[in-house]
Parts: sequence; C-alpha cells; structure tokens
Amino acid sequence: MTLADIPEVSTVLDDQSPEVPAIIKGTGHLPEMRIDPIALFHRVREECGAIGRFRLADRQVVLVSGAEANEAFFRAPDEVLDQAAAYPFMTPIFGKGVVFDASPEERQQMLKNQALRGEMMRGHAQTIEAEIRRMVAGWGDEGEIDLLDFFAELTIYTTSSCLIGKPFRDQLDGTFAEVYHRLEHGTDAIAYVDPYADIESFRIRDRAREELVGKVQAILDARLERGAVPREEQDLLDVLIAVGMDADHITGIFISMMFAGHHTSSGTGSWAMIELLRHPDVMASVVAELDDLYADGAEVSFQALRSIPVLEAALKETLRLHPPLVILMRLVQEDFDLLGHTIPAGTLVAASPRVSNRIEDDFPKADAFDPGRYVDPRQEDLQNRWTWIPFGAGKHRCVGNAFAMMQLKAIFSVLLRDFSFEPVQDLESYRDDVTKMVIQLAQPARVRYRRRAR
Amino acid sequence: MRVVADTDLCQGHQLCQGESPTVFGFDETADVVVVLDEHPDEALRAEVTTAVRYCPAFALSLEEDS
Repeated sequence: MTLADIPEVSTVLDDQSPEVPAIIKGTGHLPEMRIDPIALFHRVREECGAIGRFRLADRQVVLVSGAEANEAFFRAPDEVLDQAAAYPFMTPIFGKGVVFDASPEERQQMLKNQALRGEMMRGHAQTIEAEIRRMVAGWGDEGEIDLLDFFAELTIYTTSSCLIGKPFRDQLDGTFAEVYHRLEHGTDAIAYVDPYADIESFRIRDRAREELVGKVQAILDARLERGAVPREEQDLLDVLIAVGMDADHITGIFISMMFAGHHTSSGTGSWAMIELLRHPDVMASVVAELDDLYADGAEVSFQALRSIPVLEAALKETLRLHPPLVILMRLVQEDFDLLGHTIPAGTLVAASPRVSNRIEDDFPKADAFDPGRYVDPRQEDLQNRWTWIPFGAGKHRCVGNAFAMMQLKAIFSVLLRDFSFEPVQDLESYRDDVTKMVIQLAQPARVRYRRRAR
Repeated sequence: MRVVADTDLCQGHQLCQGESPTVFGFDETADVVVVLDEHPDEALRAEVTTAVRYCPAFALSLEEDS
C-alpha cells in the first residue's frame, strides 16, 4: 500500500479563505494547525484511525496514534526517520551550525560525560532547591504571581545553572527569561513554508535572538577582562571561550541546551499548579504527603531524588493531560514501511502525545484528571509505554525526564510546604496559547499565595 | 518473576544499578544495561520494581512467571 491509501483528514478551514494570510494560501491544513492544532490532530484519529494524513504546504504528514503504530514510529532508526530536519521552525532560533539534536550515539556520550548523568542529580537537586528559595525569598506573607512569568523565570535559572554553570546563571536576571520567551514564541508554523518569512512574529524572534547574543557578549567580554580562573571555578562558558567560539555560536549552543528543558518544565509546573487548584482533594493529599515527608527535617534536595508517590502521580497526570509537546515529527529519509504502508522519502511522519495520551481504551475516562491511574496495580504509564508518551518514547525518549521530574518534585516540595495557593480567576479560564509550535500558557494566569503558619 | 531489559531502548542512565545493584549491571562498551540476575529472589522484588518504575528510558519490565 502507498501513501495514497492512507486516508486524509477533512478540512475545516479552507486554505483559500480570506482570513488566511497570503503566504500560506493553498497550504492544506497549515492554516488550521496555526489556529487549533489539537483539534486537527484529534480529528485525524477520529476520522482516519491509527494512521491518517494531513498536508502542510508541499509536505504530506502521516500522523500515527495508538500503541502499534506509535511503537513502529518510535522504534524506527534515525537513518530512516530523521528528527533534526522535521522542525524547520527551530533553525533560526538555534542559529546556523547548531544542530537541533545530537544523534543517539552522541546523546549517550553526552549523558555519560556530564550534566544529566544519574550521579550528577544530587548536585542539581541542591542547585534547584537554592534557586526556588531565591525566587520566593522576596514574597512576603501574601501576594499574587502570574504562573507563566514565575515558572518561565525560575526554569531559566535552574536550567542555566545546572547545564551551563552557576557563574553564568549568577550573571542573569529576569530580563533574560523575558527575551527567551519572545524567542520561544517565534515558532509560528508558517516556518513550514519559510522559516525566514518576513512576518512580525519572526522579526520579534530574530530581534530577541540578537538581544540574547548581546547579553552573552557582555558576559563574555567581562570574562575576558577578568582573565582566566582556576579550573574548578570554570563553567561551560569559560570552556567555550577557551576553544575560541564567538558569542553568536555560544548563544546558539546555550539556547539549544536550554530549549528542551525550559518551556517544557515551565509549562508542566504551571499546569500542575492549575490542576491542583482545580482538584482541592488532590492538593490536600499532596500537601499532607509533603508535610509528613519533611516533618523530621529531611532536605528537599535529598527527598526530590526519592519517591514522593502522591505528588509524582499528580505530576504524571498533569503531563498526560497537558504534554508540553503536542506533536513529535520525523522526516522520512528512505522509503519506510509503516505497518504495511510504504511511506516515501520526504514525507513527514508524526506522533501526537496529546492524542495518544487521551486514548480511551488505554486511559479510561481519558479527559479526567485522575492521579489514581499511577497507583498499583493500574500503573497506566508503564502499562501503556507506547501511548503514555508525554516524554516521547524509544531511543529519543526525553533524556532529561528524570531531571525534569526531580525538578518538579523539588519545586512543589518548597512551594506547597511554605505557601498555600488559590486561584484569582475562573478555574476554566487558565488555558494554553496553541498558536505557535511551542505551546505556552496564555496570560493572564494569576494565582494568589499565602504563607502557611508552621 | 523475570526481569527483561530492552537494550534498543536503554539510554545508559544507569539508575537501575543504583536501585538494585545485584540485578542490574552495565556494559561499558555498548553503553547499555545488562541483566545480571534474570530471576531474582522474591526478597528483591521491591528494589527491582523501583528500578523498573524509575527507568528514564522505560527500557525495563518485570514479567511474572506463569
């Protein structure tokens, strides 16, 4: 069977309709993907089943769902399904010469050598605890925060400190997070037609990148002025300066290193808070668990690396319902057999965490927030390894997932023991902005905190 | 119980060795997990279960002997 035998999803937004920008007229489902990607991806499964098809300009996209098709997708070797070429909207953000993602072999080597290795986690846990305490140090007894602003800034500090080094992090302030956010927002799907198109959102993106390069240049200049420091005081920036890289290239590397761990953790932290506010009974059981766990003075940095079952279940359920990436794409490099269909080179193949995580047969009452799914004997994550995919699956499964879970456990250990939270807007008004490929919480997303009496 | 490791999925995090060092080893050349004890004693069930549950690559599973 060929590509043509795979059913194509219906069209709800005519690609010639007047509200469609000229640059993407005639691009098939691209106009809809820019407005409501989630409805599009769910409709593919509803109408076409486990293997369906839509079109982005001159590319056919085969969207798979369900355990069998997902496994075939996630197990395909890199030579057949290439990840780097599938995300054209990332190239201008990272800059020329900075790869989207290393090969599995390189990733494994990186993992072996440094930042994400299991034995490094204790140090990262201490760093994260210190960063979160620094963020709430000025909070006073009560006040209001915006979840996007708060988590986006916090995760800039934690990712930069853990992945690049504390000296670099200490030279950042809130403006770095603000500029970084504008960069993440420059991921309009119009990039599937032209990642350098002359549109407002790409101009903002390019300006933001220049601002980041400027900030890194200033830090770099100061380092050069200061001169060399002993090896044990060096961070990654010192190492890259020493090998002669310029600020533009270094900035690209830093952006790419921080990218995977930033908007993802920031969004998950925000949604975990929102879901806990929507489910006061779960909030109460998480707070009780934490109070009990830390009653004897245990350190957050120690405990975050260990089991915190009720909180973990709430975080997993948040990830299932609100996966930070709603679609994972690969570009077919050579004809690929997908469950009997021959998919030609040049086709995009994709899996959707958003769709698979809500398959009713695997996750009964799939739209309901139910942390009980992860308790023995249900274990709906382990039982559904190819459809419980907030971190993806297979060789490319998010290499930072243990780090991410540890970070979230540390953040909520500090926040929920020192403060109580309440919504200051309608609980249903918290929502995602899905108009960019990097999905972020829509503002306003305000909550009120009050220091707990202890 | 039987411990199964999918070395196509293993990313070499080595967390399982920390949880259950007599059941899981590591092949330094191939950078993947090695199951040292495929049928561990029932007394090790808790630690093996923890290793399976926290494997960052979802590469481990526990099958019941039938």
